[in-house]
Amino acid sequence: MKVSILNILIMAKIQLNGRKLELKNKHTIFGLLKKYKIDNKKIAVELNGRIINRNKYKVVYVKNMDKIEIVHFIGGG
Amino acid sequence: MKKDIFKVSNQVLKSRLIVGTGKYKDFKETAQAIKASGADMVTVAVRRVNILDKKKPLLTDYLDPKKIKYLPNTAGCFNSEEALRTLRLAREMGGWKTVKLEVLGDKKTLYPDMIETLKATKVLVNEGFKVLVYCSDDPLLAKELEYLGASAIMPLASPIGSGQGIQNKINLSLIIKELKVPVIIDAGIGTASDATIAMEMGCDGVLVNSAIAKARNPILMAESFKNAVISGRQSYLSIRMKKLYYGKASSPSKGLI
Repeated sequence: MKVSILNILIMAKIQLNGRKLELKNKHTIFGLLKKYKIDNKKIAVELNGRIINRNKYKVVYVKNMDKIEIVHFIGGG
Repeated sequence: MKKDIFKVSNQVLKSRLIVGTGKYKDFKETAQAIKASGADMVTVAVRRVNILDKKKPLLTDYLDPKKIKYLPNTAGCFNSEEALRTLRLAREMGGWKTVKLEVLGDKKTLYPDMIETLKATKVLVNEGFKVLVYCSDDPLLAKELEYLGASAIMPLASPIGSGQGIQNKINLSLIIKELKVPVIIDAGIGTASDATIAMEMGCDGVLVNSAIAKARNPILMAESFKNAVISGRQSYLSIRMKKLYYGKASSPSKGLI
């Protein structure tokens, strides 16, 4: 498999809330929430189909190919 | 007379009217309508955070979950797996254990899929959730939900958002008579009198969203529903007069000139 310089620079290709993203630095869940200015008290995070306990946001790292869902409450019936 | 207390899953609610928070013009209107309705429990939905638009207002900024009870709902889920995933995420968000389960079976009628609903109820009860279950108006299935451990049964009056009012009074009255857990009419309520009728029938509560949010004046309609639910409950507790076939004069005939 050919590895281009670009691929080395990109740490992880992830999917966040259905959008494909490339992260250049190593991120924890906490770091990712901070990057997107999301208040970590009002959300829940699912990593590859598993819910991440909010106490673990600072110790769980985002890896290549991860699928992340960040949800919150909105108006509904 | 005994104090009339409305208790759902060990929580005492001041109002027998539960309101939805969807379909309003904006969050300001949502908050105003909910205040006018007097409800102390509101349904909310779980959706993806918009990661691109950080300035978008949040529901929690307008409705403080510390002051009003959030009832996370699985609206939009079409199987038990989706519903379970949604409610587990809701629990993680704020420790909510009292939830509303709603598994839809048909995109057109939004009729509940009762097979998936029964399946999900069983799992949620096992996981310690207090589940208020949106369901069809089948008395046997309602009884089955109670047996599985549902905290409240929420049969539809007519399809969600249709505003058609109560279409099957006989089935609803059978459910009310047969069940020990609270029966809360959910879906299809169109106007305040529908809520009064439901309460007069002996329902424990009513859940309303579209009928308030889609009224030309949602805030006034919210207040109207507040009064309608109180009125219907008082009427139910008063035990109405017997219906007579013929007329019976209200004034005495004695001393008639």
